[in-house]
Amino acid sequence: MELKAKNKLAEFDIEKWYLSEQSGELLFAFKGNISPALITEILETIENELGKKQEKMKVKKRVYNVLVEALQNLYHHIDSTPQEKLSLGDRFIVFIISKYDDIYKIVTGNFIKFDKVRFLKDRIDQVNYLSVEERKALYKLILNNQEFSEKGGGGLGIIDIARRISADLNYNFFKYDEEYAFFVLHIEI
Amino acid sequence: MEAIFIEGTPKTPTVNFNSEEGIFEIKGRSIPENSIEFYKPLVDWLDKYASSPLDKTEVNIQLEYFNTSSSKCILDVFKKLEKVTQANKEIVINWHYEEDDEDMLEAGEDYQSILRIPFKMIEIDDE
Repeated sequence: MELKAKNKLAEFDIEKWYLSEQSGELLFAFKGNISPALITEILETIENELGKKQEKMKVKKRVYNVLVEALQNLYHHIDSTPQEKLSLGDRFIVFIISKYDDIYKIVTGNFIKFDKVRFLKDRIDQVNYLSVEERKALYKLILNNQEFSEKGGGGLGIIDIARRISADLNYNFFKYDEEYAFFVLHIEI
Repeated sequence: MEAIFIEGTPKTPTVNFNSEEGIFEIKGRSIPENSIEFYKPLVDWLDKYASSPLDKTEVNIQLEYFNTSSSKCILDVFKKLEKVTQANKEIVINWHYEEDDEDMLEAGEDYQSILRIPFKMIEIDDE
């Protein structure tokens, strides 16, 4: 596993990291179990918050769309929480959205088993490497050719987000224990 | 065929399929966690309709948001409707998007480029 040296921490302190990510104007911060009801609550709250802001409709819609994909990606793809951290909740996630100058920052965090890290890392690296036009082409290719899983996504979520932000997705895998990593995704809109 | 009417919710669209008039509408938000569950009955219904369609079919899509989970299901809806053109009957998809919503326009164009079915892009004024 080629995790960066700096990520090879003996223990990743979720609490400390959670607080460190809350900068700028905080719109919503959550850590705990993810459920459809929670997703609905976050979406309603952020939609209200965005409604109060003097933003172009296009920006508001983009933020909302990215939120939907980011949250539903978590909902569909997280691994259950490691045994010793079950007190956090068995479907533990971290979600933070804040505004910093003109940029909306979304941060998500979740546990992932090591055997999935390579696949996810390759997928994000691949999308980051592509131009806007190539991201669009890849989206259409997957949309039209790939059978979707019962979960419904078919891996389009990450590409959809990348298309809308036209920038790179920043990520980190922090080593948690021998079996799990903690995956952090940073999205700026 | 029985008409379909489904009231919209914060995560699922209003659906109004009127088989007598050949006017089908999907409107609102389509962001459910499980899209297949929502769309499967619609796709099955359209499959039946497409086997003996009216001379003219009009489809109005007016979505404010849809998630990637819905995107494949919406494509499945269109693919069923593509069968109407194969039966040499007239059909048009009116893809509505809000003014300045380039992303939604682009989403419509993505479908248009994948499918062999006439699309009409209709801009609606911001309310």
